[in-house]
Parts: sequence; C-alpha cells; structure tokens
Amino acid sequence: MRGRMWGLALYLFVLGFILNLLGIVFYVTVSAFSKRWFGTPLPTSFTTEWFGYAWKEFGLARILGVTIFVALTVVCLALLLGFPAAYILARRNFRAKPVLMLLYFLPLLIPQMTYGIPLATTMFRYGIGGTVTGVILAVLVPMVPLAVFILMPFFEQISINLEWGAAMMGANRFQTFRRILLPLTLPGLLTAGILILVNTVSNFELTFLVGGAGSQTLVVALFYNIFAGGVRPVYSVDAMALMYMTMVMILLLIALRFVRPTQMVFRLDQPRR
Amino acid sequence: MKETIDSLRFRITKRFGTKTVLQDFALEVRGKQFITFLGPSGCGKSTALNILAGLLPATDGEVWIDGARIDRLPPEKRGFGMVFQNYALFPHMTVFANIAFGLQLQHRPAAEIHERVREMLDLVRLPGFEDRYPGQLSGGQQQRIAIARALVLHPRLLLLDEPLSNLDAKLRIEMRAEIKHLHSNLGLTSIYVTHDQVEALSLSDWVVVMREGVLMQAGTPQDIHDQPRNLFVADFMGFRNFFPAEVATAGPEGEVEAVANGMRIRGKTRHSLAPGAAAVAAIRPDDVVVGEAASGPNVFRGKVDIVEYLGREHEVILTLESGARLWVHTEARLTPGEFMPVVFPPERVIFLPSEGPGGIA
Amino acid sequence: MSLRRTGEPSELDLMAMACLAPSLLYVLVMFIYPFLYGIYLSLHPLKLPGFSLANYFAFFTDQYEYKTVGITFRLAVPNTIVVVACSLLLAYNMRRGIWLERTITTILVLPISLGVILLGQGILGFYGGRGWFNQLLVGLDLLEEPLVLTHNFIGVMISLFMQQFPFCFLMLLGYISGIDPSIENSARMLGAGPWTVFRRVMLPLIAPGLAIAFALVFVMSFATFPSAMLLGQPSGATRTMAIAAYAQAFEQFDMSYASAIAVLMGLFQLAGLLVILLLRRRMVMAATMGVGKR
Repeated sequence: MRGRMWGLALYLFVLGFILNLLGIVFYVTVSAFSKRWFGTPLPTSFTTEWFGYAWKEFGLARILGVTIFVALTVVCLALLLGFPAAYILARRNFRAKPVLMLLYFLPLLIPQMTYGIPLATTMFRYGIGGTVTGVILAVLVPMVPLAVFILMPFFEQISINLEWGAAMMGANRFQTFRRILLPLTLPGLLTAGILILVNTVSNFELTFLVGGAGSQTLVVALFYNIFAGGVRPVYSVDAMALMYMTMVMILLLIALRFVRPTQMVFRLDQPRR
Repeated sequence: MKETIDSLRFRITKRFGTKTVLQDFALEVRGKQFITFLGPSGCGKSTALNILAGLLPATDGEVWIDGARIDRLPPEKRGFGMVFQNYALFPHMTVFANIAFGLQLQHRPAAEIHERVREMLDLVRLPGFEDRYPGQLSGGQQQRIAIARALVLHPRLLLLDEPLSNLDAKLRIEMRAEIKHLHSNLGLTSIYVTHDQVEALSLSDWVVVMREGVLMQAGTPQDIHDQPRNLFVADFMGFRNFFPAEVATAGPEGEVEAVANGMRIRGKTRHSLAPGAAAVAAIRPDDVVVGEAASGPNVFRGKVDIVEYLGREHEVILTLESGARLWVHTEARLTPGEFMPVVFPPERVIFLPSEGPGGIA
Repeated sequence: MSLRRTGEPSELDLMAMACLAPSLLYVLVMFIYPFLYGIYLSLHPLKLPGFSLANYFAFFTDQYEYKTVGITFRLAVPNTIVVVACSLLLAYNMRRGIWLERTITTILVLPISLGVILLGQGILGFYGGRGWFNQLLVGLDLLEEPLVLTHNFIGVMISLFMQQFPFCFLMLLGYISGIDPSIENSARMLGAGPWTVFRRVMLPLIAPGLAIAFALVFVMSFATFPSAMLLGQPSGATRTMAIAAYAQAFEQFDMSYASAIAVLMGLFQLAGLLVILLLRRRMVMAATMGVGKR
C-alpha cells in the first residue's frame, strides 16, 4: 500500500514537472504570437509579425549564421582534439595520469566567469576578442575536456582484444583505427557531438564575455535584447527565444533517435554489474 | 511462523511480454526434501525460484505452504533463506554485519546476535572472520558467508540459485560436500537450481528436469540418471549415443529388439512400443564394452577414429559398420585406425520413443 | 604498439604523447595561462603600481560586495539539495524501469534545449504576478493575493531547478541502475522492508555517485549568472558573485577587481566542494558504522 502511494506521488511529481514545462513553453509561445498582451489570461489578438520583426531588427540571419558556424566548428575541433586523448587515457595507465585527468577536469570545474574574464581580456588585447574566432576558441576551452570525458567510457567498453586481434591479422595502427576503432566508437562520437553542440549553442558566460558586435551567438543576442532598456518589445524577444528553442529541440529529437537519454549525461564511475 | 514446513505446493505460469517462460510448472515438495531444478540456460529454473521467493510475481498460478496461500506475500515476510549465484554480500558491511543483518531486523538482543553469528561461522568453518569485508574474501569464502547469512535466521525453506557456478572446479566439489553436509545436519527443506547434472545427482532427493519452461521429468537421481523418460533428459544426463531404429519385437516386460540402420539392438524400455514403431536406442559411453569379441546380442564392430587421454580413462570415438558414430569411455588403450568389437550390454540399453526430427536439443 | 606490463616501453610512448599533445596544449594555453593571468591581474590593481592585495581588501570591506558570497551560497546550497533529493527519489524508484520510462526520460531531457532565456521569460510570464499560475490560483479562490515567485530567490531557483534536475536525474538513474539487483533481493529475503533496504543497503552503495552528482550540481549552481540576472534582483537580493564580477568588468571596466572577484568565486566554490567531500566521508562512515557494531 505504501509502495502504491510512493508510486503515485512520483507520477504526480513527474506530471507536475511536465505541466510546469508545458506551461512555461506555452506561455512564451503565446507571447510570441500575440499582438498585445497584458494581464488577461490570453492575448486579445494574435499575429506573426514579431518573427519578421525579430529577424530584421535583431539581424537574426547573421546571428544564426554565427551560432551555427561556431557550434559546428567547436564540435569538430573538440572531437578532433579530444578523441585521441580519450583513447590514450582510456587505455593507458601512467604515473601522471591522475594529474592529467585533474587538468582536463579543471575547465569544467572552475566557473566560466573565473577564467573567462582574464581570457576575454587577453583576447581583446591580442585583437581576437569580439571576433568569431575568439568565440570559437573560448568555447572550446570547456568543450575539449567534455569531449574527452564523454568519449572515455566508450573506449573503455571496447575490449583491447579487438585491437590485438587486428594487429595479429596484420593491420597497422591506422588501419586498426579506421576499420575497428572508428566504427565502434561512432555512438560515442555521436553522443559527444550532440552534447557539445547543445552545450555550445546554449553557452552563455564565455560567449558573452568574448563576443562582440558581429560575433554574438543567439543566446547572447537574446540577453542583450532583454536588457536593451525596454526598447525591444517583449513579444519579439519571445519570438526569437522560441526560434532558438525550436532549432535546438529539433536537433535534440533527431539525436535521441540514435542515443539514449541516459547516455547523454556525464558518466559517473559505475560499479560494474 | 513454524521453523519447518510440511509441504510446499505450487503451479505457476510466467510470461514476459509475449514470451512464455514457465508454462504450468507444478510441483509438490515435502518437508526436509532437497529438490533440484535442473536444466540448461533459459529453461526457467531461476525464474521459478525467484517466483517462489516472492521476488517476481507469477503471471498466473498459486503457491501454497502448509495449506496457506502465500503468493501475495512480499519476500521479506516469507521467512525463506536465499543464496545467490554471485553471493550478493553487502560490500560495505563486515562479515559480522552481513550475517547479523537479518537478526538485527528482528530486533534480537545483541548477545543473542553475537552468539548466533559465531555459531554460524563455526558451522561454515570460517571462525574469526567477523571483521573482514567481503572484498577481502575468496569466492568460496564469500559463498560460505552467504550461506551462513541465510541459515542464521533459521529459515523454513532454503532457496539456492546456482550457488556454485562462479567457483572453480576444485572449490565446487568442496562446496558441494559442504552443502550436502549442512543439509543432512539441519534437515532444511531446500530448493536448488543448477545446470550441472553432477550437482543435481549428488545433492538431491528429487530432481526436476526442465526445458523451456516445461517439466520434462521429475524423479529420484537414480531414476533420472538410469531411466530418462525422453530424449532431452537422456541427452542432458549424458547418454551420448543415440540410434534411431524401428522396433522389431516387443516383449511383455519391456524387452525390445529393434533394427537401426542394419544393427540389431536389444534393450529395455519403460514405454509401450509396438513392433513397427519408430524408437531411439540409447546407451552411455561408460556402458559400452570394448574388446572381447564375445558372442551374443548387441555385438558390433567399429573403427577407432579419435582417442583422447583423460587420465584414468580414454574418450574414444568410433565409427561403426553402419556408419554411425559411437562415443565410448574406456580404460583400454586403443589406437586410431584399429578395428574393435564393441558390445552394448542389453541391460544398459534403453529405448525411447522417437520424437520426430529435432527431438534432441 | 606499446605492450603493457612488460616493463620496458613506457606507457607514454611517442604515440601517446602525440595523441595527448593537442588537447593538453590547448588546455594549458587557453585555460591555465588565462587562469594564472587572472590571478596575476587580481593582484595588480588598476590604480596601484605593482603587487597588492588591495582588490581583496576592497572586496571584504565593501558590504555590497562581500554580501555576494553569502547570497551565492544561500542560492547554490538549497538549490543543490532540492535538485539532488528530487533526482534521487525519482531515480531510485525508477531503478527497475517503469512504465513509459523512455518517454519520461526523453521528456526530461528536452529542457536542455530551452535555453536560459526562454526559460527565464517563460518563468517570468508563467509564475509572474499576473502570470497563468497565479491567475489560476486566484481565480479558483485558493489564494487572496498572487504569490511573489519572480524577481527573487524563488524565481532563480525555479530556473536552476528546471535546468539541472533533468541532468542530475539522468546521471543518478544511470548510476543506480548499475547496482547489482541481487544485493537488494538478498536484503529483502533477509527480511528488510523497502525503507530498510534503501537506508541500510542501497544508500551506502549509491553514496559515491550521489556525492559526485551533488558536487556537479553545486558547481553549476554556484556560478549562476543569467538566471540570477533575469529572474532575481541582480542589484539586490540575488546579486551573486558572478554578477559582481561581471559588473566590475563591464560596467566599471576594472578588470583587475573583476578578476579578484572571479578568483574568490573559484576559491569559495572549491571550498564548498571540499565540504561536500568531507560530508560524504562522514556519511559513508556513519552508514557503515552503525551497522555491524561488535
């Protein structure tokens, strides 16, 4: 009986959370489509003009372009840098390994503000502050370690016997990599890629600190427009936020066809069954 | 709750989705018996055990103990002891804490708990191990602690789920003897699950052979070993040689003579086989006599193909004149390529009804 | 290929170095260097020549500034506790899989895609004074006055919860599902009811994962910036250390002072993590000590 009550309470909690979520998203959606809305349960009239307004006024074309470019570049570079490192860390043991792991973990541990401010300062001094390059380089700092930590478990799951077997059959390092390791780590690369993508697109502190006029990502632009002193109608900001959400959600839903939700989070050290 | 049971009766069906894992699996167990569920992986034996323990609900059916229906009872209220294949000791607790766990839940006085734990450790021959952690123990020691932990509560029924599978061969033999010893000492009603027929034969009063959720044969170890009722049980219990044959004559007391691919084989059967019926003759490798070209029934000639040295005996594979392969266990030293006479003593040959193509698993 | 355990070629052969070098160099150049530079900056205040702790003195003597430490902790700690507790409860009860598990986990992952701005706007709207939530409760006569849930601590915490709960829940779910189910089964066979199983058997085994989850959520909460600005009172009650650092950097243009605040933020966060680590030791010891006393 008590078990039943617990079960019920939990379903209610999940339900509550979902309703909460729906309420929040729905509110913003309604706002984005309303002509004027103040105080009443629903707006008096609807319109789609805010989307066009946002597109023109906020320069969404450029912003979207920057965001997508930054995201894709960061994903590629992070995976490129992180993949070999994850392999070595998964397979080898050496005295400096704990130090190395800590080193890789620090950018994820230390608040982005803490290293972002001096990083931004340095970048502006060397002239790459405020550029797309600068933004890419900045966001890469926490994303490379993230790639490493997500890919490591995937390598650990591949028995070393597979590599040895390939070597016994005459494969050199490169062939083993291309024909054995790469296909088997594809799920890991996919998972890591998606997570890095989502994290990059949603990153705020670093993109905010380093971004400049022509290198704002969507989130940063949204933020500026809210604090633009009331000049921007809230409906247009909501429209832009909605566009952001739709874009990322589509990405996420595509990704979830290939990856299970539990694989998308930071893997804790699990006791082996 | 009484400390022993008089009878355990059940009939259970279990489905996982569309897959039927147990189909009307029914049995009656008397108190103090040692019963084994024997079968290959996936036959449902562990599922049945888990249902009896209360850890899994049955899709359909009932479980009765001494006339009371218990299938709605949660496992913590059943008073059964259970030993798991991977020991399932609590890694964060000492040996003492592990064994004392159940007693503490019963709010026994500390002195009593100490006494009973010590007693149990003596019984499983690990005195003084109270302060060790499971991680510091070997497999055999862990299993003994797991047994101690179950027994210390004086359960009225003991369930054992392949407890020896994770141990190496030598340890397995030792632990088997321990379990046998414990059972004869304590007289506890026990249900044991295994895929190892040697364990089943040596430990049990009653063996239940299962295949894909269905009961294939239930009987004493001697019954199951000497008189398997069907091809699956015969194969599982070690009859390696099977000869599809057509019955020629059948006597009133089960004597049968049949022809298998040109070989005239004489043997016995417990089934009713009429002349002309399709049957299978079966004999164990150990029962085949090699050498002495005596006269009499069941004498055949074969060419030795492979000889494997097993220490005392040899495992020999011969090809008979009829083309059939024959497995033999013999002390005789043979050479590949030799032609040898072999005899199937008629009292060691059994006949089983043919089951059509694919009768043997 | 270097062989293991033969003792002669090192595990760190040329190939290993080559694989590690790019990412390692990147972290060293783009993280360690700025990090150290930030510390250097903080010790060289704008208006003073040379090395000085003036920034730090200024911080701890300015009430407006040092209050941010307390505020940040008062925000991060309760939020972490609530997120982890809820995640644990839900994950524990879903450990054997429940009906609609895939659907529920998918739905819980989706908030990742919302973005902090939409979340902020949505919460402001939905839970605002005239938002749907309050309109509903007032309309149903359950409340006299609307609840003040935005532009304060609560608003920020709602935002943080929505962002962190899914992530923490999925982590714990993965971890708890990895615990051997026969341990729980054996505890039940020994007579333990569900609560006893949780308290004396499962919780000690979940503790390590719980500690890591706690640490990660704490880290995420401590550094909160946009949520605090959008949904709180950035110049008052919810002025977190991150906001203070930002203000110094981009409103006062005092990079040195901003770096000092940022460094302090990092230090306080690490202090918090150390406390978590110590608490975890104590918790594990308590769980295993009460049991099995001779």
